[in-house]
Amino acid sequence: MTNAILTGLMLGGMYALIAMGLTLQYGVARIMNLSYGEFLIAAAFASHWLFTGWAISPFVGLALVVPLAFVLNFAIYKLLLTPLVRRAPNRDALEVDSILATFGLTFIIQGSMLALFGGAYYSYSFLAFPVQFLGETVAANRLAALGITILLGLALYAALTRTRAGTAVRAVAVDPFAAQLVAINVPQASALTFALGGALVAAAGVLVSTFLTFSASSGVVFTMKALIVVVMGGVGNMLGCLVAGLALGLSEALVASYVDPGLTLAVNFALFLAVLLVKPAGLFGRATR
Amino acid sequence: MSQGSGTPVLTINGLRRAFGGLVAVNDLSFAVAQGEIMGLLGPNGSGKTTALNLISGVLRPDAGTIRLMGQNIAGLASYRIARLGLARTFQLVRVLDGMDCRENIKAGLAFQRPHLSAADAEVRIGALLDRVGLAGHDRRPAADLTYIDRKRLELARALAAKPRLLLLDEWLAGLNPSELAIGIDLIRSLRADGITIVLVEHVMSAVRALCDRCIVMSSGRKIAEGATADVLSDAAVVKAYLGGVAADA
Amino acid sequence: MTARVAGFGAAALTALALLALVPRLGNAYYLALAISLLQYTVLATAWGMFSGPTRYVSLATTAFFGVGAYTVAVLGEILPWPLVLLIAAALGAIVAGIVGLSTLRLSGVYFVIFTFGLTELIRQLVVWFEVNKSRVLGRYVFVDITQADIYWQLLALTAAVFLLGWLIARSRLGFALRVIGEDETVAKHCGINTTFAKVALFTISATVMTLVGAIMAPRWTYIEPSIAFNSMISFQVLIMALLGGAHRLWGPVLGAVPLTLLFELLSARFPNTFTIILGCIFLLIVYMLPRGVAGLLEKLSTTAGGKTRQRATA
Repeated sequence: MTNAILTGLMLGGMYALIAMGLTLQYGVARIMNLSYGEFLIAAAFASHWLFTGWAISPFVGLALVVPLAFVLNFAIYKLLLTPLVRRAPNRDALEVDSILATFGLTFIIQGSMLALFGGAYYSYSFLAFPVQFLGETVAANRLAALGITILLGLALYAALTRTRAGTAVRAVAVDPFAAQLVAINVPQASALTFALGGALVAAAGVLVSTFLTFSASSGVVFTMKALIVVVMGGVGNMLGCLVAGLALGLSEALVASYVDPGLTLAVNFALFLAVLLVKPAGLFGRATR
Repeated sequence: MSQGSGTPVLTINGLRRAFGGLVAVNDLSFAVAQGEIMGLLGPNGSGKTTALNLISGVLRPDAGTIRLMGQNIAGLASYRIARLGLARTFQLVRVLDGMDCRENIKAGLAFQRPHLSAADAEVRIGALLDRVGLAGHDRRPAADLTYIDRKRLELARALAAKPRLLLLDEWLAGLNPSELAIGIDLIRSLRADGITIVLVEHVMSAVRALCDRCIVMSSGRKIAEGATADVLSDAAVVKAYLGGVAADA
Repeated sequence: MTARVAGFGAAALTALALLALVPRLGNAYYLALAISLLQYTVLATAWGMFSGPTRYVSLATTAFFGVGAYTVAVLGEILPWPLVLLIAAALGAIVAGIVGLSTLRLSGVYFVIFTFGLTELIRQLVVWFEVNKSRVLGRYVFVDITQADIYWQLLALTAAVFLLGWLIARSRLGFALRVIGEDETVAKHCGINTTFAKVALFTISATVMTLVGAIMAPRWTYIEPSIAFNSMISFQVLIMALLGGAHRLWGPVLGAVPLTLLFELLSARFPNTFTIILGCIFLLIVYMLPRGVAGLLEKLSTTAGGKTRQRATA
């Protein structure tokens, strides 16, 4: 039981990290990014390539992959998404357009990865030895990933609440129009936030690759889970992300160890539906006026 | 002024709605008699639009009752309330841009019970276009209309449902003086049809010209109620407006 | 007006009669191609029936197609064919009803997320059931259905879909959906039960997709979940409907026909990079032709003729 809970919490922490980037992209930049999970897998492949090809530790890999993902996502926002933002008469129209555009992007990235790496499952052995943690035996790579996840989460939280730029980002999340009136450069803030979200998911991808097997077509499931966590926690809400991520991880781990590992996605959906039926705006979402 | 008889068209009792810690509407109670035009006044953020949204079913109240012709409609879905005889316009004018004027009005009447025959509906639509001053614009796309014509069209759509109660949310805002005079006449003429009206309005000349009685809200609460002239000269009301402006800025 | 409708009906019937003769050509390649064309025409038109007027993007075409195909895999040999189709349709309708009722009363995002994951969810559930309960993964489809039978069934379904779409567009339900697509809040205040209207149309559209899956199933002799629930179908149907223009009943077919032919060519010539090419084509359409070919034609006809915008819904 403790083992299942511990596994669940570690998994949940990872889901929270994965979803944090999306909640930034959707909550602030207003882009519903369906290709989100593909960026995670791309980063996982990058880490795999660095580790197996160049013997570069994933921790060092983070320092390479994350900035690259930031730049790439910034470029994607500027080149691909800005035209949609400009032409959208309202938020709903932008949502539909961004869903379509990123859905198309999904297939481009997934297709590229399939062409490069084929459909096989990949993994590599990094810190794959057992350690004792809270009286249970867990894999060192999972523990290391959890530690970095917590660090990243805290850093992001501090950045959003303690810095000027962070305050600007939160202002855009609440009301882009009003934010503009207090001299916040909304397009720039949106682009940077989108890029930051991309950087976060890349970090998650590198970490995930140290302890999970993945394939070129695994992205969709991660997108799915990130979406569920974001909506369950309340769009744009960091604390909600954490709680929903943990809830998702725990329920998955419990079902996997006591019922059947094949039913995890069904559990995700069940949890998602349950939350939506009770609190349509998400656990920490604010009802709009 | 004209005080109708029988059950009030609208009776609100102890209405409350909070958003998180902010109580947008707090213990609001009032009644509107048949044929009355009631003004709902107050500074920005005082809860007027929230009150309209509660009445029309966009929002669910946390507490309180809303009776339309004696029937409690609090918490009912908007479409049910609409079918019970309530129609409204919106603060930011909402017309169906992808449709022409006739279709816009048809949207207002096609889903009311009992259903009209197609021929009767066409006649009604034509009459409504005349009524609001859009005669001849039948097939014009709503997207091509001027601001006041969009307002007219929105009103025609609301009237198409033959409402017992009409909620107008700043329908006269943004009109120039001559348009305002036309608008005031139009609203006044609705009373002759037996339509009861609640209007949220900032244009004080229009409030004076139209409203039999007024309610003033501030910070979600009702702070004054009475005949229009009395309410507008009330010291507390003046303070709420001026104080409200200072607090908002 | 009635004369125009009659003329149109006569033309449609003639076309139908001519199309029914395709299997008589005796060319297996053309027949296979014609089946693909009809399959995607029906799927894209059914997609547009719901997503066009409401502007809710459904990514679950494959989920319903797969439910239909897999129903045939399980029941095809046991029950008579019409009953199998009926059960498939009922299953599709039930799944659509559940998804619709739980997500369509909320904002569109929940619907998109749900449909995005629905294919994977149902695929996992089927795998789980097959592995744990029935202990078979993958089934052989032995039913007495020829390629020509598949073609005729699809042709009948195509005719039914267009007739149904035309009737809905003229009905109060169709008008309600157009109002919802324009402004959902206004729709509610006009007395439209928006949830009912959306769920009803989503269910109709999904039932048609399920039937396509069931009818197509005998084309494979062997079906496993990854074949029945192939997410490429959702993607291709979406591209086709958008290229054609989903806001018109006749729009999606304008995308389905050329793209089916193009995809046939591309998937044979560039099997490894097909997905990438598809993604690029799709992005081009989203950016260059947001209202599809139908929107382009309308624009051309209005600017050329200078007449008022034609409003009749196909």
